Amino acid sequence: MLVHSRRGRWASWAVFFGLALPVFALPLGVIAAASFATHWSGVFPSGPTLDNYSSATRGESLQALITSLVTAAGASLLALTLGGWAALSAAALGKRGRRTLEALFVLPVAVPSVAVGLAVLVAFSKPPILLNGTPWIVLIAHTVLVTAFAYQSVSAAVRRLDPAYEQAAASLGARPWYVLWRVRIPLLLPSLNAAAGLCFALSMGELSATMMLYPPDWVPLPVQIFTATDRGALFTGSAVAVVLMGTTMLVLLAVSRIRTRATYR
Amino acid sequence: MAGAPGAGIRFEGVSVVYGKNTVLDDFDLTVEPGEVMALLGPSGSGKTTALRAVAGFVRPASGRVLIGGRDVTGLPPYQRGIGMVVQQYALFPHMRVADNVAFGLRARKAPRGEIAGRVAEALEMTGMADYAKRYPRELSGGQQQRVAIARALAIRPKVLLLDEPLSALDAQLRSGMLAELARLHRELPDVSMLYVTHDQVEALTLADRIAVMDKARLRDCGTPQQLYRSPRTEFTASFVGNANLLPVTVGSTGTVDFAGTRLSVTTGEAAHGASATLCVRPHLVGLGDGPNALRGTITEVQWRGSTHRLYVDVAGRRLKADLRELRESPAPGDEVTLNFAAEDAVLIGAGVAHA
Repeated sequence: MLVHSRRGRWASWAVFFGLALPVFALPLGVIAAASFATHWSGVFPSGPTLDNYSSATRGESLQALITSLVTAAGASLLALTLGGWAALSAAALGKRGRRTLEALFVLPVAVPSVAVGLAVLVAFSKPPILLNGTPWIVLIAHTVLVTAFAYQSVSAAVRRLDPAYEQAAASLGARPWYVLWRVRIPLLLPSLNAAAGLCFALSMGELSATMMLYPPDWVPLPVQIFTATDRGALFTGSAVAVVLMGTTMLVLLAVSRIRTRATYR
Repeated sequence: MAGAPGAGIRFEGVSVVYGKNTVLDDFDLTVEPGEVMALLGPSGSGKTTALRAVAGFVRPASGRVLIGGRDVTGLPPYQRGIGMVVQQYALFPHMRVADNVAFGLRARKAPRGEIAGRVAEALEMTGMADYAKRYPRELSGGQQQRVAIARALAIRPKVLLLDEPLSALDAQLRSGMLAELARLHRELPDVSMLYVTHDQVEALTLADRIAVMDKARLRDCGTPQQLYRSPRTEFTASFVGNANLLPVTVGSTGTVDFAGTRLSVTTGEAAHGASATLCVRPHLVGLGDGPNALRGTITEVQWRGSTHRLYVDVAGRRLKADLRELRESPAPGDEVTLNFAAEDAVLIGAGVAHA
């Protein structure tokens, strides 16, 4: 314990809440409050209603929610496959190769996502690969953006994995593929799991790159929120945002409930 | 688990180099089929590297490794047909004990009907039959090591590699497991074992022969009795049995001179006037006057329950003496006389001929 005296502990908690509440919790509370309102001219919102939610879970908004879920699931799966594969290969490389690969995968995080969106748009707007105007381009942009995180968390886990396991497996006569499927991947499952959750959450909230390239028939939820608030429908936008938040958290909760046997190590 | 006739292990001039570091230098050793060979040495002596060269986890810079007469130097680990047990057990944490033991059989695509029987057999041999359904984390260290041994034996290897298998266990468990390993060896007389350890007791107890290693090289190799009773090198004498080493000059037949004191020992064919090292085991040193008496000053006394360990300064040399518990413990600074019998001392070096 960093602070030992009782009074000191109370003081530090007070400072923590004094800083954390207004910055983190309050805005979320405001959105939640706004999502049930029809007017907000005084200190508190007024005209309580559920209409915002009925429009937020129907028609275009529902379509956008499904779009976001499909995109996020697809992008996470792709990112996990690519990032995990790269992380496993990186472990077998020398120091220099690993550094290079690492730098390559961190690049999309370092580059502003608007630029990534633009880059993907320009790259796939001309033959040979013409994806502009299709859902695929959104999926690709999201995958590019989240793969870095998948790579990072899986490669950290691969580094922590005791080589004694794979060596024991190899000495027992298991070929490398068998070792990968039966030993290494099962032992990496907890971190693959965590990486999947992270990728999913990031993709669900992605706006800036998506804005650059989304086709009219594939509008993810964040874009829907942006356009709603942009045309002044602040309360509907808030309700949609709460739906986005809730759905994402539900999925994350479900993912975190997937316990693997290796978790109990 | 009677298997095919045994296979030996053979190192032919094996060198392993990491960067500029030679961790195994021109290593030659033959383990006969069915023999238990202990690789004994301090940490960093290259003993584990030698074992890993047999397993296929390090690639020799030069030389060959043969298992059962077959050159396996270029073969990947999974084609070598060895069983391996390591210090930290390395049981697969996501598999139950039975699945751990079955792993090698499944990986080698053993007939499905055969697996259950062989898993049961291996668990039976190691006394772990009642734990088949447990996960490794639910077992104690000793039990985990038994499972690791069962897992290695289930594939019926001709060669079993043991890398400090008892180092992670406490002293009491260790002596129990040592007896278990000796029993396993009696039950599996065809399996050759290469047993890496830094513990001389394990090596002396278990091994048919001991290879003593130091600084990436093989220093000595022989039966435990040979190495203990008539060590050929100073390193062997001090590492196996922690001997006192006295620099002496060979005198007339049957005598040597140590710091002006004449001692009678078996000199064999040592040349008169040659320098040599006299090796005396601490537990063979007695207190009081005797045939070979050495006067000195006690510098340290350690009471070890059944014995007293005295460190005695004799003419600038620190001698160790393990004495049966003394009724009255001597104190540092006391003058004492130590003695040893002529037949308990071994002369090393100076062209001494060995039996």
